[in-house]
Amino acid sequence: MMLFKLSLKNIKRSIKDYAIYFFTLVLGVAIFYVFNAIDSQTVMLDITSSTYEIIKLMTNILSGVSVFVSFILGFLIIYASRFLIKRRNKEFGIYLTLGMGKRKISSILLLETLFIGLISLFIGLGLGIILSQLMSMLVANMFDADMTRFTFIFSSSACFKTLFYFGIIYIFVMIFNTYNISRCKLIDLLQASKKSEQIKLKNPLLCTIIFLISCCILGYAYYLVTGGIYKLTNFNFIFIPIALGCISTFFLFWSLSGLILRIVMSIKSFYYKGLNSFILREFSSRINTTVFSITIICLMLFVTICVLSSSLSLKHSVMASIDELAPADIMLSSKIDPSNKETVAEILSNLDFDTNKYFKESVNINFYRTPNLTLEDTLKSNIESIKKDYPFLIYSSEENIIKLSEYNKIATLYGNDTYKLNADEYLIIADFESLVKTRNSALKNNPILTIFNHDLKPKYSECQPGFVELSSNHINSGLIIVPDQIVDESYLKENFLIGNYLANNKEERKKIEEKITSLTKHPDFSKYQIDGTSKLSIIEASTGLGALVTFIGIYLGIIFLISSAAILALKELSESSDNKNRFKILRSLGTDEKIINKALFNEIAIFFITPLLLAIIHAIFGIKFCTFILESFGTNGLLPSIIMTTIFLIIIYGGYFLITYFSSKNIIKERI
Amino acid sequence: MEPVLKIKNIEKYYGNKSSLTKALDNISFEVKKGEFVAIMGASGSGKTTLLNCISTIDKVTSGNIIIGDLDITKLKGNNLNKFRREELGFIFQDFSLLDTLTAYENIALALSIQNIKAKEIHERVTKVAKDLDIESILKKYPYQMSGGQKGRVASARAIITNPSLILADEPTGALDSKSAKMLLERFEYLNDELCATILMVTHDAFTASYASRVIFIKDGKIFSEIHRGNDNRKVFFDKIIDVVTLLGGDLNDAL
Repeated sequence: MMLFKLSLKNIKRSIKDYAIYFFTLVLGVAIFYVFNAIDSQTVMLDITSSTYEIIKLMTNILSGVSVFVSFILGFLIIYASRFLIKRRNKEFGIYLTLGMGKRKISSILLLETLFIGLISLFIGLGLGIILSQLMSMLVANMFDADMTRFTFIFSSSACFKTLFYFGIIYIFVMIFNTYNISRCKLIDLLQASKKSEQIKLKNPLLCTIIFLISCCILGYAYYLVTGGIYKLTNFNFIFIPIALGCISTFFLFWSLSGLILRIVMSIKSFYYKGLNSFILREFSSRINTTVFSITIICLMLFVTICVLSSSLSLKHSVMASIDELAPADIMLSSKIDPSNKETVAEILSNLDFDTNKYFKESVNINFYRTPNLTLEDTLKSNIESIKKDYPFLIYSSEENIIKLSEYNKIATLYGNDTYKLNADEYLIIADFESLVKTRNSALKNNPILTIFNHDLKPKYSECQPGFVELSSNHINSGLIIVPDQIVDESYLKENFLIGNYLANNKEERKKIEEKITSLTKHPDFSKYQIDGTSKLSIIEASTGLGALVTFIGIYLGIIFLISSAAILALKELSESSDNKNRFKILRSLGTDEKIINKALFNEIAIFFITPLLLAIIHAIFGIKFCTFILESFGTNGLLPSIIMTTIFLIIIYGGYFLITYFSSKNIIKERI
Repeated sequence: MEPVLKIKNIEKYYGNKSSLTKALDNISFEVKKGEFVAIMGASGSGKTTLLNCISTIDKVTSGNIIIGDLDITKLKGNNLNKFRREELGFIFQDFSLLDTLTAYENIALALSIQNIKAKEIHERVTKVAKDLDIESILKKYPYQMSGGQKGRVASARAIITNPSLILADEPTGALDSKSAKMLLERFEYLNDELCATILMVTHDAFTASYASRVIFIKDGKIFSEIHRGNDNRKVFFDKIIDVVTLLGGDLNDAL
């Protein structure tokens, strides 16, 4: 009973120290709940079964990510509790000198962890349940679903999962605390505060040199992922700029404090003004003792910013590109071979589907392929250097050949450019970036192609933009368009029917699509090799993919953000006992309270902003790289997602900053 | 000489009505400009409370403390801070140097919080460093200095603002006898050559013997007061010991 009282009183007394710990726990619990409750939030949405499948997949992936997240949170919580124990070393030392056993001290800690754990779980779950109602709006937006009704949803499975995972984390924290207490020596506990800090000023010349070198290395890494990106032919090369970035970040922080101190010290009128000398010294000693963790924090922030802003923009750009790349409602295709000679139109009528009744307009297009015209043949004029740069292309694949008149029809339907050809000319249309480059390098030499025994010369020395198949990305790797009269009908390999539904709204479109899907149940269906893609299905798949990436991105991004902010805050607070003494001295010298608070604020602000600043600079290049990777998606959505990222940063990072400031202020206010 | 510090009937009570502790009980005395006064007393006699009240860290229950021509018991908030940084210099038992700053910066800080220009700061620090013979350690950090050096740096910081009054709280408490002697000789120098007014609290008779006057406090009251006059330090030390013996058992731990 006494232990119970003691631990309750301890919490009450050290509630200020617990603020960061508590904030982290509550945020962790809330976010854990929100992301595990997503599937329950979708009940109120009007979604198709295929979207539902994607949501189910997403839930599974998210729960996998949750395991990873729980590891991160577990380490974070253990780190935070270690800080709390350190801060109370003296108290435990006094208990021990009074003859209290280590076992009893462990039980006090155990009870404290339990109390804090229970309270934070309770509040965190409450917050999570409120936030998850907001989340359902985001889910609806992500999946383009209409919210049919708004109901307050409580996910008991997510709740139990949260309780279970955090229960395990708390058990680990308890074990860790007990181990820590059982290992420590009384003398260390009592003298914990009496450590003398060694301050070594680094050699300014060395600092400057290392600073410049790391700047250069960093610049080179930036160049590799932006300007020099085309040199990254192999995927593994991406590790070079990453490794360079990490190393130079470390050395930048290593040299930064010494350099800044030296520079500012030489500006005497600034350095010896008010508490500037004090703030700068504090900052540089803080950075010096935490170079490694500050590097990690900077990199985590960098990942957070990149992941958040690119994943949020993904969904936006996906939607934008679909309108461009899937300009028709449906595309049906039929493979033509000796056993199956029917075109799509014939198959449809055999399956009792009246195209005139359901289609407003439709275009028929054929793909021809011959073993005499492979990718290698088209690229022949520059094949040596292409093979060296792109060893993984399948050079033996046969090229798709299309009649000019058919292509122009489809281009008219899509609203794309149409072309004219002389009898001895061909042209290539493609929009898949890397293949466009490859083909252009061959087309430069004006290669003559022999197609169906006709020698044709290229009309253009570059690929022309365009595509035939509906898709969500720029994936047309190349279609060869030739004059109609030279085509040999016996090489017909694939027939397409591309059309728009006779419908005025989404509902009617859906109905027609269901009608087409139901053809698979027709008794004769299995006789034919017919396949189809519709705009609706592309939208569903893409938004599903976009949403999947976005949710995982937001989940991990927020967890990373919490971790880095919490570590920074704990680092700052663990210096508080030293701080307390220093500020006491300043006070006795007659420094105004306002100036002391300002100094504290500046000190913490600089400490928080430094890693963030470098992370933002990293992120500018990181996002550029991300947009290059996802370039087929376009970048229109970047601004709103950067705004969203900023909001997340301000709320979470700013929240930690303020809590740290107010806790520190409380700590330095205590009079000894 | 006009008095720098006038203390009139100050009282300081701790606790509440049911259990009242009188830490200071109707104390009055004056310190003249250029005087070096030591206050002696056993632990619990109220000497530290007295110093805290004079240094504006603590407030008196009644009475007046007048420094220069300002009644500091009436000061509040930022005026108090302003007064403290402009009129008082402190030397603490642990010297309270900021461990992140060099000796030079520690001394300069006392001026920079008064918004004095960097150039003037440099001149004044150089001068005071010469006076206290610490020119060679100006670039060192506190952890690189000996106790005596720290004491001299703290003294430099206390005197550089030209305060009306320097308050020293057990300045030799953390020093060995040799360093203590050196520090006290510096105090004498500051007092003689620079006309600094020093009020020092100590329970050590040897330390007190460097002062020109010693005030003994017992149970919150002034017990007695002796002047050095023209005696040399050794004679004055013996006189102090006599008073300490007279104070009896209670003050034995003052030795």
